[in-house]
Amino acid sequence: MAHLIEIRDMYKIYEIGDEPVHALDGVSLSVDEGEFVAIMGSSGSGKSTMLNILGCLDVPTRGSYLLDGTEVAARTPTELAHIRNRKLGFVFQNFNLLPRTSALENVELPDLYMGRLGRRKRRERAMELLERVGLKGREGHTPAQLSGGQQQRVAIARALMNNPPVVFADEPTGNLDTKSSVEIMNLFTELSREGITIVMVTHEDDIAAYARRHVVMRDGKIMRDDIRDGSGKKTQDEVAKLVKEALA
Amino acid sequence: MSLLTIFRVSLRALGRNFVRSFLSCLGIGVGIVAVILAMAIGQGAKTMMVKEISSMGNNLMMVFPERRNQGPVSGGMGQGQNMTAGDAEAVKKELGHLVQGVSPMVRTTVQMMYAAKNWSGNVQGVSPDICLISNWTVTDGRFFTEEETAQCARVCLIGTTVKGNLFADDEDPVGKVIRLKNMTFKIVGVLGSKGANNWGQDQDDVVMAPYTSVQRYLQRSKFRTINMMNISLVSMDNLEETTREVSALLRQRHHLADYQDDDFETRDTTEIMNTIGSVTGIVGALLLIFSVITLVVGGIGIMNIMLVSVTERIKEIGLRMAIGATPANILVQFILEAVVLSTVGGAAGVVIGIGCSYLVGFMMGWPVLVATGSAVMAFAISSVVGLFFGFYPAYRASKLNPIDCLRYE
Repeated sequence: MAHLIEIRDMYKIYEIGDEPVHALDGVSLSVDEGEFVAIMGSSGSGKSTMLNILGCLDVPTRGSYLLDGTEVAARTPTELAHIRNRKLGFVFQNFNLLPRTSALENVELPDLYMGRLGRRKRRERAMELLERVGLKGREGHTPAQLSGGQQQRVAIARALMNNPPVVFADEPTGNLDTKSSVEIMNLFTELSREGITIVMVTHEDDIAAYARRHVVMRDGKIMRDDIRDGSGKKTQDEVAKLVKEALA
Repeated sequence: MSLLTIFRVSLRALGRNFVRSFLSCLGIGVGIVAVILAMAIGQGAKTMMVKEISSMGNNLMMVFPERRNQGPVSGGMGQGQNMTAGDAEAVKKELGHLVQGVSPMVRTTVQMMYAAKNWSGNVQGVSPDICLISNWTVTDGRFFTEEETAQCARVCLIGTTVKGNLFADDEDPVGKVIRLKNMTFKIVGVLGSKGANNWGQDQDDVVMAPYTSVQRYLQRSKFRTINMMNISLVSMDNLEETTREVSALLRQRHHLADYQDDDFETRDTTEIMNTIGSVTGIVGALLLIFSVITLVVGGIGIMNIMLVSVTERIKEIGLRMAIGATPANILVQFILEAVVLSTVGGAAGVVIGIGCSYLVGFMMGWPVLVATGSAVMAFAISSVVGLFFGFYPAYRASKLNPIDCLRYE
């Protein structure tokens, strides 16, 4: 069976000063449908570069990238935009919601560019998604009127809008407090159980613990790639305990 | 993504920065106001001048004797000695269906005296038809009659400038006798004021007397020639026909053979109108150039704002690209924003410009002419300005790399 994501012998080389920096140094990785992968590593390990290339936001210097069976390594900006729009969802560390725009409109945005649904159906789907991430009743709130955790939920709903097979998350809890972090990670776990492939970059072990597979990078190379049980999902009691610890 | 959707996206983006959008609209708006004002003022001034020209005379056509050259010295216009009052009478008699009035004119400058005051001025010898031809009115007394003309009566009318210089304010000149070149003339009326003409000449500095009397008592010339004749046409539409007929008649009267040139010249106000048209055309072109410059400045203002906007919203651009906006989507969005800014500014400019035109017209006493065409054109220009100056910032935005945008701090 073909992998959902398959990169082979991928290089990303930046010219900084005289020294070429190998952000990715011959990486190969494949991700199957339904996996929940955490890419880990310290800063400068190449994990963000990896995510940007996987997310078709950046192009590799060398190497091949098969996404859902098609080669996407060398495409025009317009083609990449279409791929991102239809196949990929993004959740960023700093949420990246449009300011002064309602949660509903933020969630609708990907379909505006896809133009798949009509105006009414688009609104319906956005409402459904907001309800699913637990923001029913806050559709009209602008980002400024929402907490960090709520903003990240809007971003997740937006990532799901076009029903992409893969969602990429770049340090999704990096700007959140412990309680919100746990809530967001539980949401990701639920999405994963529903069959959505999630690739997440993080440098925090307890966040990575939610993922079933850990890919650890260093100096542009994959150091470790192991399957965990992904038992990170915590019960309400555990959340309460964590919050208490954080406050203490 | 449909154009309509992008349009809505653009509108929302502008709405989020209302003050800034408003200010950049203002730049274009001022430019459009300038364009409309320039056009309206140009048109108004032209209409006003045309009106003043027509105050010179009622469907006026003038005939001058040819220039008389004495050896190498060229004589002035109207100095020829070959046109007589008989020519004028013939025109009136023979071409009655084309002309409604004909007056010969003889001109001379004399010293005029009344009591202890004296004044040097222009005496025009005319026939009573001149009232109709040159739109003269009489405020006190009456005009002289055909009989007085036939009898070489020593009667005259004086213009307000002459009146002011010879008579005290409370003195009624009608019935008084003044001396022109030591000949006594009785004042029968005062001419209504016409003010200065288009060349700044005071039209009220004049004494009018029957041309016969001027010829006999003031010029004392044995040739009885006239300086020019003024003809009032029944209609300007017949100008060409009348010119032809008058020429034919005069050629016949002057016994000119076919090979000989005319010994007279005709002039009509269309020539003067054309001159004025070209002058107002130049002024109009100047005003238009200035307003175009204003528009360009407004356009640069929009370009500046759009460049700032692209930089400021670079994360928004990155995000839009990340979730699927193509470079073309971004290009169109930012161009549309610029076009919306400039057309909204343009529309406001059209409305304010028309208002200002009426205000200026009211203050200057000009007729205001705002052509619908100029309003539509101004509006179209503003959209084009938006398109033109919006393109570069939009192009820059569309060429951005999504990852650089998202990382931008």
